[in-house]
Amino acid sequence: MPHTDEDIRKMLDKIGVETIDDLYSDVPSEVIFKGEYDIPSSMSEIELRKHFEDLGKKNQSLVIFAGGGVYDHYAPSVVNHLLQRSEFYTAYTPYQPEISQGTLQYIFEYQSMISELTGLESTNASMYDGATAAAEVMFMMVASSKKRNKVLISSTISERVLNVVMTYAKFHGVDVTVLPEKDGVTDIESMEAALKEGDVAGVLLPTPNKYGIIEDYSGVAEKIHGAKGYFGIYADPSTLAVLRTPAEWGADVACGDGQTLGMPLTFGGPYLGFISCAKSMLRKMPGRVVGVTKDADGKRAFVLTLQAREQHIRREKATSNICSNQSLMALYATIYLSLLGKKGLEEVNILSCDGAHYLYKLLMDSGKFTAVFDKPFLKEFVVNTSLDMEAVNAKLLKHGIQGGIILEDGKVEFAVTEKRTKEEIEKLVKLMVEE
Amino acid sequence: MKTYDKLIFELSRPGRKGYSLPEDNYNTNGFDSIPKDLLRKDEASLPEVGELEVVRHYTNLSNKNFGVDTGFYPLGSCTMKYNPKINEELSSLPSFTTLHPLQDESTVQGALELYWNLQNMLSNLAGLAEFTLNPYAGAHGELTGLMVMRQYHISRGDHKRKKVIVPDTAHGTNPASAMVAGLEVVEVKSKPNGSIDVEDLKPLLDDTVAGIMMTNPNTVGMFETEILEIADLVHRAGGLLYYDGANLNPLLGKVRPGDMGFDIMHINLHKTFSTPHGGGGPGSGPVGVASHLVNFLPNPKVVKNEDGTFSITNGEESLGNISTFMGNFGVMMKAYAYILTLGKENIKKVGPLATLNANYIKESLKDDYLLPIEGVCKHEFVFDGLKDKSTGVTTLNIAKRLLDYGFHAPTIYFPLLFHESMMIEPTETESKETLDDFIEVMHKVAKEAKENPDDVKNAPLTTIVRKLDETTAAKNPILSYKALKEAVK
Amino acid sequence: MSKILDDLRYADSHEWVKLEGDIATIGITDYAQHALGNIVYVDMPEVGDEVTQGEDFGAVESVKAASDLISPVSGEVVEINEALEDEPELVNQDAFANWIMKVKVSDPSEIESLLDAAAYAKICEE
Repeated sequence: MPHTDEDIRKMLDKIGVETIDDLYSDVPSEVIFKGEYDIPSSMSEIELRKHFEDLGKKNQSLVIFAGGGVYDHYAPSVVNHLLQRSEFYTAYTPYQPEISQGTLQYIFEYQSMISELTGLESTNASMYDGATAAAEVMFMMVASSKKRNKVLISSTISERVLNVVMTYAKFHGVDVTVLPEKDGVTDIESMEAALKEGDVAGVLLPTPNKYGIIEDYSGVAEKIHGAKGYFGIYADPSTLAVLRTPAEWGADVACGDGQTLGMPLTFGGPYLGFISCAKSMLRKMPGRVVGVTKDADGKRAFVLTLQAREQHIRREKATSNICSNQSLMALYATIYLSLLGKKGLEEVNILSCDGAHYLYKLLMDSGKFTAVFDKPFLKEFVVNTSLDMEAVNAKLLKHGIQGGIILEDGKVEFAVTEKRTKEEIEKLVKLMVEE
Repeated sequence: MKTYDKLIFELSRPGRKGYSLPEDNYNTNGFDSIPKDLLRKDEASLPEVGELEVVRHYTNLSNKNFGVDTGFYPLGSCTMKYNPKINEELSSLPSFTTLHPLQDESTVQGALELYWNLQNMLSNLAGLAEFTLNPYAGAHGELTGLMVMRQYHISRGDHKRKKVIVPDTAHGTNPASAMVAGLEVVEVKSKPNGSIDVEDLKPLLDDTVAGIMMTNPNTVGMFETEILEIADLVHRAGGLLYYDGANLNPLLGKVRPGDMGFDIMHINLHKTFSTPHGGGGPGSGPVGVASHLVNFLPNPKVVKNEDGTFSITNGEESLGNISTFMGNFGVMMKAYAYILTLGKENIKKVGPLATLNANYIKESLKDDYLLPIEGVCKHEFVFDGLKDKSTGVTTLNIAKRLLDYGFHAPTIYFPLLFHESMMIEPTETESKETLDDFIEVMHKVAKEAKENPDDVKNAPLTTIVRKLDETTAAKNPILSYKALKEAVK
Repeated sequence: MSKILDDLRYADSHEWVKLEGDIATIGITDYAQHALGNIVYVDMPEVGDEVTQGEDFGAVESVKAASDLISPVSGEVVEINEALEDEPELVNQDAFANWIMKVKVSDPSEIESLLDAAAYAKICEE
């Protein structure tokens, strides 16, 4: 706060009051806070840095074999450097397009790239995270179907995503049916039965699913569309560089969490959620959207468009209350995808996949782990073990390793990314199986 | 480089690359074992570009942007204060950024301590019992807060309370959030001065009212002086008071929402607590509640154990989860650094200096611009366009002309109370010199409107692009490079 | 001054109706198109949908505004004006010629509750 005493005096004179307190003369005196705040005294930069470093020492950076929807991928150094350009991060929402072409263009590039990955033509400027994007997709399905209010969701979708969707559904009043699983994949027969009962606005299925399995959705789109429902896929966008896309499965809409596009883990956020959809659902898609246009001189330019769908115009008639997006994280994803490009993202997937299969093989060979599902997986998988995994994971921590995520009934889930090395994987297995 | 106009896709050449990866030495047929039916048929047409091209491309794009670091940003209701650089640096410390949200609790104690400290500081600054930091943004906070409101009534078996009262001047997110939370919106009218009409409110307060959403100061920047009476009326009717924290800045250090009778509120960390807006996000929208509502806050929560360690828990009466993990942690780190830098002494100056700056601009410009509501404003105020209505120059014209002079435009055509609304919020981080420069330019534009109205009407004249054809963009939306290529064909 | 046709009935939410037999042709008024500005999208119902007097059946969007369409009559949608899908601006060009939907009305007497041209003109003046 740059005000000198002299500035303050001159400004008060202009306003015509004696003291700054006079600017609060309209506030009932009983609500003026007269006490002292229970927060520390002002810190200098030196003290502040020390405080953060001290807090940081109470954390431990680990070699990570946990996934659960969040993966320790690598982003080239360039991404962070460019993200620190304050013309990007100190800007507001690009409501004044003439001086926001930087933001608008990268959002357009982001939309284009996510659409390339999902195969679906329209992508919004991003949502808060994958789980809230899934909840919004549920609303899109209900709004697009007009009179239907039931949404089917596979129990093979991440539990954390499902929890959020259920909260939104409970309050908004959407009837969600969780489809059971069979051998680690969605029970398609139960989906068909639920579709027959009617009133289904849409179905949301994951790829890869919460066990890391790549589910086979052959024929699923026909079944859902036959019942006049919308087909949604919750996808890990990184894997869509190699896996069959939501569009190729016949989906109308896709959503998921952009963390897998190299974003730092940062204890759960900020990441981003994405939504892509076919033209049939575009007008019900929430959030900001950037389109191409021309300026008064005929020059190509970018602008927020389809704004009449949004809360600041539609108020209680809008499909969603979302106002912002995770713009800077969309920039992150855009720069990451520019650098990795067509081949790089494929290589990331192949390297992660081969590493995961290498770990899987070592675990099977050790005799301490057994297979749970015999299904194709990419970078994450579930195994059974007779080991006391709580004790094993505690031991791993001492060696700076975060082991797999412990599931129910002696199951454990491991994830491997391109950041893990053969040596790290071998060390993990050795530490786990040695007596 | 203002003429740069390429898309990253237009720089792409087959075979170029901007990355390096380790060699695949696993000798497994892992990827090859995946059935071909499960793989995509065509490659995604992502760009193929080199590192230097990527660096130049995005550096050039950044030059086409205006941020708080570029210049004065008097955008009403958005609280565009300076974002201290140390906060950016501290929030990127690897000892925090490398933490996986599911890694063992014993290895994230520093992160949990920060979360705990920040939630307590916010509770103290707001005069409320407890905060959750999980909501991702202001609108997400509103939604979470309204879910708390409903959960409270439901927990008492009071299922008929589904009506939420929202002033007609409210931010658009208020009614939209209520809709998403499954509540019905009822509007309460404002008086000509923008404050809630208590007489219009009274008949609305029956036993179906879940609560009221307010912001104070309201969206015209005036303090709701009858707030204590309103709080009393709503509480006596069995409803709760929700405080939209979008306008918290003028009260920071001066008035606590809890002391005004509010039961639930959200704070926009990206406004009041100086975390950058990031071109539209990520933000953070912590929600605070009074003591009788603490159990309904979303899961998960951070608790402090008797031995001084911290744990993540789930409450049984909680409304449920509203985020995958615990919100935008990286944003919280910046807000935490901001509070510690100010400390308990300087934080008391935030609201008062923001209010001083707003009143100074208002008093300096009210000869040229129409001030529909007289009196002391708080952190922002609204002009209803130029005082001289004969020029035909609109608020939109003035906003665009300001861009030519190197300022960001104010918020325009909000609130809806006036036809030519122009909402100006300078924030406390701007110096008198900056305000004086802005005032001078605003006078100049007012003069131009009389003498050369066409210059103002055709503005902006000097920006990288000029007035855009938004109608065509909305009529035939082209939302991707692929669609653009097809449209050109 | 916007155009108002004498032989039509009007809703105070700015839709017009022309009843011929049991088929009602419905659109928005010249006043409404003028207030909205450049129309970029008309959200129309589907043929076969049931509409109810006083309830939404779609929306009209301009760049910075949106307005719900309120059905002035009840019945079944028998036809929609498909030309508006590609050229929503037709409504701006002539709001009365470019109708939005045709409804087979279930209760022709509902039309009596609507405004005549003179009463609607008064609303527009206010």
